[in-house]
Amino acid sequence: MFDFSIVTTWFDSLLRETLGLGDFLSILIECVLVGVFILAAYAMLAIVLIFMERKVCAYFQCRLGPMRVGPWGVFQVFADVLKMLQKEIFFVDKADKLLYLVAPFLVLIASVGTFSFMPWNKGAGILDFNVGIFLLTAISSIGVVGVFLAGWGSNNKYSVVSAMRGAVQMISYEMSLCLCLITAVVLTGTMQISGIVEAQSGPFGWLVFQGHIPAIIAFIVFLVAGNAEANRGPFDLPEAESELTAGYHTEYSGMGFGFFYLAEYLNMFVIAGVATTVFLGGWMPIHIGVAGVDSFMDCIPGIVWFLGKAFLLVWVLLWIRWSFPRLRIDQILKLEWKYLMPLSLINLVLMTVIVALGWYIK
Amino acid sequence: MYFILLLTVLVTAIVLVAAAYVIAKLIGPRSYNKVKGEPFECGIPTRGSSWLPMSVGYYLFAILFLMFDVETVFLYPWAVVVKEFGAMALLSIGFFLLVLVFGLAYAWRKGALEWK
Repeated sequence: MFDFSIVTTWFDSLLRETLGLGDFLSILIECVLVGVFILAAYAMLAIVLIFMERKVCAYFQCRLGPMRVGPWGVFQVFADVLKMLQKEIFFVDKADKLLYLVAPFLVLIASVGTFSFMPWNKGAGILDFNVGIFLLTAISSIGVVGVFLAGWGSNNKYSVVSAMRGAVQMISYEMSLCLCLITAVVLTGTMQISGIVEAQSGPFGWLVFQGHIPAIIAFIVFLVAGNAEANRGPFDLPEAESELTAGYHTEYSGMGFGFFYLAEYLNMFVIAGVATTVFLGGWMPIHIGVAGVDSFMDCIPGIVWFLGKAFLLVWVLLWIRWSFPRLRIDQILKLEWKYLMPLSLINLVLMTVIVALGWYIK
Repeated sequence: MYFILLLTVLVTAIVLVAAAYVIAKLIGPRSYNKVKGEPFECGIPTRGSSWLPMSVGYYLFAILFLMFDVETVFLYPWAVVVKEFGAMALLSIGFFLLVLVFGLAYAWRKGALEWK
């Protein structure tokens, strides 16, 4: 496998030794580059995801989707961004101005923060703490605050109802999300993202193979809970457009709305990416223990594996979204607290028993 | 080094939003009238404040979340060492999980999980 850390160490030595820059300057340049990379990847993925959602949803409904702007409508998203940038940003008179202004920042911090944990390739993860998964869930929960403040600060009745719904739904589903990740950590024995991916090497090493029954249950529960956490699919109660116009972002215009929209799509990708990392081996190719096949799989770059798996899961999430009707608030809470949460608790015990007895595929 | 990276990510997110806001402020039109400043409510003027008391159900689930989330956070450090300790890990966390399950069962029995 190509190790991307070769590139980063080469660049670091280029700055420090060949160009003879000091510690501060070289770190500054590297940080700016990392920031630019995050922004570029974030914007590119957002464009791809929004276009994908429109086309996939159109094909699910026997339509063509956007076709006018550019060939097959590929420039539609660019046109939309340009339009949104030109719109005026205004406040509702009685709104809580500070909360109203701060909310998109919080939502984007949660979204970009979790996005930076993605292991794109071997040695290409940006944030790679030894408490990785734990920090990831911590950062993702900032998003709840953003959604709640947006709804509450708007001083609109629809938005306030939506804020309450969003908060209660997102905090509830965080429970089974955490429990599923803990189930995975029990098997990998580390919380570091790169460590989790490394733990899934070897023949049939992906966690869904390695941990068989409990890992598959955790994977499915994670996808369901993640879908609810990203406010998508049958769980899009906070922005139920037929009841609450646009929910918590009713009063946002232009880019204010644009960022909530952007964050929604990127959160979907992050959910798919985390599920890929933790359960489907991240950038790790599939190995079946036959030398020829394994070395062929190793020829495919890690980023292709990662994006391939992540986009497959994104497609599954889109499929779910456009196939199921929206749930009611009591149904959503019942699903979480009476089904998913006990199930993931039992699943955690099951996984611990399997690990303790050594019944997983080594 | 890691905390510099975390800071970089944070600054990136803030710069992204702030830059878009500044661009929108520069090139966007600006106008004001009384009706535009009203909250949207399908064309009807809003009566009273929007910050009304909400159904108690939401708060009940928030309290439940607070309890269980703190307990799940304690599970993380334990999960890392399960592989090393084997069966001992299960025994040592058994009591803790039992309390967690009892808590859920109690809330269920008391009807805290029903939507009101």
